[in-house]
Amino acid sequence: MSGERLLEVTGLKMYHVIRKGLFGGKFYIKAVDNVDLTLDRGEALAIIGESGSGKTTLGKTILRLYEPLDGKIIFDGRDVTHIRRGELKKYRRETGFVQQDPYGALPPFMSIRQILEEPLKIHKIGTKEERLEKVYKALEEVRLTPVEDFINKYPHMLSGGQQQRVVIARSIITDPKLVIADEPVSMLDASVRVEILRLMESIQKKYKLGIIYISHDLSTTKYFSSRINIMYAGKLVEGGPTREVIYNPIHPYTRYLINALPDPDANNRFVKRDVPPGEPPSLINPPTGCRFYPRCPLFIKGLCDVKEPGYTYVNENHWVKCWYYEENR
Amino acid sequence: MPIKNRIKNALKTIFFYKSALAGIILLLLIIGFALYTVYSYPYEKAVADWRAGEKTWLDNPRYALPEWITLFTGGNPPKTIILSTTMESRNVKKIVVPVSGNMSYIRIDMRFDYNYDDYPSEINIFFNSTFEELNPKIEVEWIKPDGENITLKSIVLNKEDSYYISVDLDTKDLLGQIVKEKLGLNESPYILPERYLFSPLSEDILDPQKVVVLNGEYTLRITGYLYEKNSDIDVKLVVYGKVYGWAGTDNLRRPISIAIMWGTPIALSFGVTAAVTIGLIQMIIAAISAWFGGRVDDLIQRITEVNLILPFFPILLMISTFYKFSIWVLLLVVIALSMFGAGVKSYRALFLQLKEFPYVEAALSYGASNMRIVFRYLIPKILPLIIPGMVLSVADFVFLEAALAVLGLGDPDAPTWGKVINDALRDGALFKGYYYWVLEPASLLVLTAISFALIGFTLEKIFNPRLREM
Ligand SMILES: Nc1ncnc2c1ncn2[C@@H]1O[C@H](COP(=O)(O)OP(=O)(O)OP(=O)(O)O)[C@@H](O)[C@H]1O
Ligand code: SF4
Ligand SMILES: [Mg+2]
Repeated sequence: MSGERLLEVTGLKMYHVIRKGLFGGKFYIKAVDNVDLTLDRGEALAIIGESGSGKTTLGKTILRLYEPLDGKIIFDGRDVTHIRRGELKKYRRETGFVQQDPYGALPPFMSIRQILEEPLKIHKIGTKEERLEKVYKALEEVRLTPVEDFINKYPHMLSGGQQQRVVIARSIITDPKLVIADEPVSMLDASVRVEILRLMESIQKKYKLGIIYISHDLSTTKYFSSRINIMYAGKLVEGGPTREVIYNPIHPYTRYLINALPDPDANNRFVKRDVPPGEPPSLINPPTGCRFYPRCPLFIKGLCDVKEPGYTYVNENHWVKCWYYEENR
Repeated sequence: MPIKNRIKNALKTIFFYKSALAGIILLLLIIGFALYTVYSYPYEKAVADWRAGEKTWLDNPRYALPEWITLFTGGNPPKTIILSTTMESRNVKKIVVPVSGNMSYIRIDMRFDYNYDDYPSEINIFFNSTFEELNPKIEVEWIKPDGENITLKSIVLNKEDSYYISVDLDTKDLLGQIVKEKLGLNESPYILPERYLFSPLSEDILDPQKVVVLNGEYTLRITGYLYEKNSDIDVKLVVYGKVYGWAGTDNLRRPISIAIMWGTPIALSFGVTAAVTIGLIQMIIAAISAWFGGRVDDLIQRITEVNLILPFFPILLMISTFYKFSIWVLLLVVIALSMFGAGVKSYRALFLQLKEFPYVEAALSYGASNMRIVFRYLIPKILPLIIPGMVLSVADFVFLEAALAVLGLGDPDAPTWGKVINDALRDGALFKGYYYWVLEPASLLVLTAISFALIGFTLEKIFNPRLREM
């Protein structure tokens, strides 16, 4: 874990603003609230959390698709938190985005070639011939071969898996240093998920790409993420090396997730999962203190619901934010 | 799917494609006609002809129906017959015989076959004489196929002279007198000169129901004296028919075909340009409004709302009452007034949905600029959706231009369909029974509108799946 720092996020906040009714006041959905994370060059980090926990918002805020409300994003030694115009454009060239719904992510009226040329044209990369060469290379990279069979097709002519390969090709075509993949396989057929994840892993290794892999499915993290962060209700609650977190989960929420983990062995797929009781909290009025306390079996009254837990280190690389662990270690 | 529904759907599809096909064929015909007009009949010439005034069209009948009218009415209405001493013809004979000194005798015979079942609408004779001081003096004789010979009038000719037989008072009196004597009547009846000149002289001539047209060879004979050595007379006889060309003539003897022809490219280009430009501008404005949001959006939406409250047609009427626009300036005014039309609102709603699409977000993530997103990502997706509306609105603009012209507020020079209707209404064409005058331009307007409507509705079916369900 001691590679060169690529990304350092501290105290990041991003609230969605919603208005209710005609004269109604503003409400804030605290989707990302005080998040710290780091990523080294060529490292793969998984962010795992249930639906609505703010994973997508976190990813998009890091990509500067949302304007951060507070905090800092240091990318490659530069503060990119509030950069604009030319600098932002440069940042966009150095980052890639893989979305959840591959079909939606591809403009339906452009051919695969046009789609892949777009980022190159926008960043004025190469001559026409060089761009075409890059397109070929990218398609070969994502194993859409023979390239001639795909390059002039339109997105709707491809299968979901093939579409996602195009999205991946597009995300790496400008040779970025960071790719954020937001549930890249959750909308795909179970049969192609592993292939796509393996593909991403090989690309990540080959280009020493920094990847933030966002998923609600802990079982997919083993493919290429060396570290995991667990997100709950807009906050990261536990983080560490993948094996550590999976085999020695500390936070009660992580433990629930591990128990809820479907066994990769197909025979055990229908083993009953242990789902945390209760609902994920409202992000408009999140619980004070630890946001997990209404669902937490270890909840310490007067502490968990009053004061937010801070970092507690299990070991050098593994941390957790939980009063119970802090008090009982 | 139950078989019944399948048949129903198939029929529906066929109906739609058939009607689209009909629309396309109709439109192609109209476009072909417009192109033919543009290439065969220069616009400047058309405008010059249209504005030329009655003198230019003196050889044409007034209020003549189109020739093809016989397809519906049957019969054999007369066409215009023109004979002139300046043209080479076996039927025109001119003899000049010196008599004594500078004086000579002149005789001109003009013969023509008349084989129609109706009377001419008018008969005029135009004279062109050359002389220094002494005017030639002539007599006009009319010889019917049955041999009856009437001396109609003697005239001392001016250099340019004319004899309008149909409206000449002396002739009217003379003919009445002849009928009175020949039929032994107590007083001279009023007989239309054309009727007298083209019917056998009998009791029947008094009764418009019984009288028949006498077919055969007629002769107009002009005899007289020239009093100078170099004196001469040229004569032109025009026996005006009741049908003319494929479109007929108006009150000024003008061929309506001029405006029917040029009305087509004008209507098409006006309608299509207005519809396409306004559609595109509205779409771009809507895209900008939706994409940028915030103050830009507010400003655009307020302008649109104000514009929507303003009554479009009355304002246009007012403006065109004060300024006489050429049709292209009118086009600009219409575009300017419609730019912030209702389309801006509805297209904006589409763009607002589209704005949230993942591929738009993706474009942002790889650095596409705002303008690139508007033009490369938002508009191409919406464009197919607005095409049916654009096609449909062509008809609106074609009618709008015509409506202004009908109200007399159109381009004063342009020969357009609306202008023809305007002329017809001002002359009381419908009141007088000259329906063809209004029906020709009106049916072209309707056909044009129908062709665009048929195509537009089908496109709507294809492009707008929500409608397809209904
Ligand atoms: N554009 C937005 N405007 C308002 N609220 C939003 C917006 N996007 C997300 N939210 C809200 O913010 C919260 C976090 O959403 P987010 O999409 O980041 O969660 P997620 O973890 O990605 O969930 P999922 O697994 O469903 O994708 C949710 O309550 C969501 O309703
Ligand atoms: S801080 Fe308290 S409420 Fe939160 S997870 Fe730990 S024990 Fe449970
Ligand atoms: Mg999400």
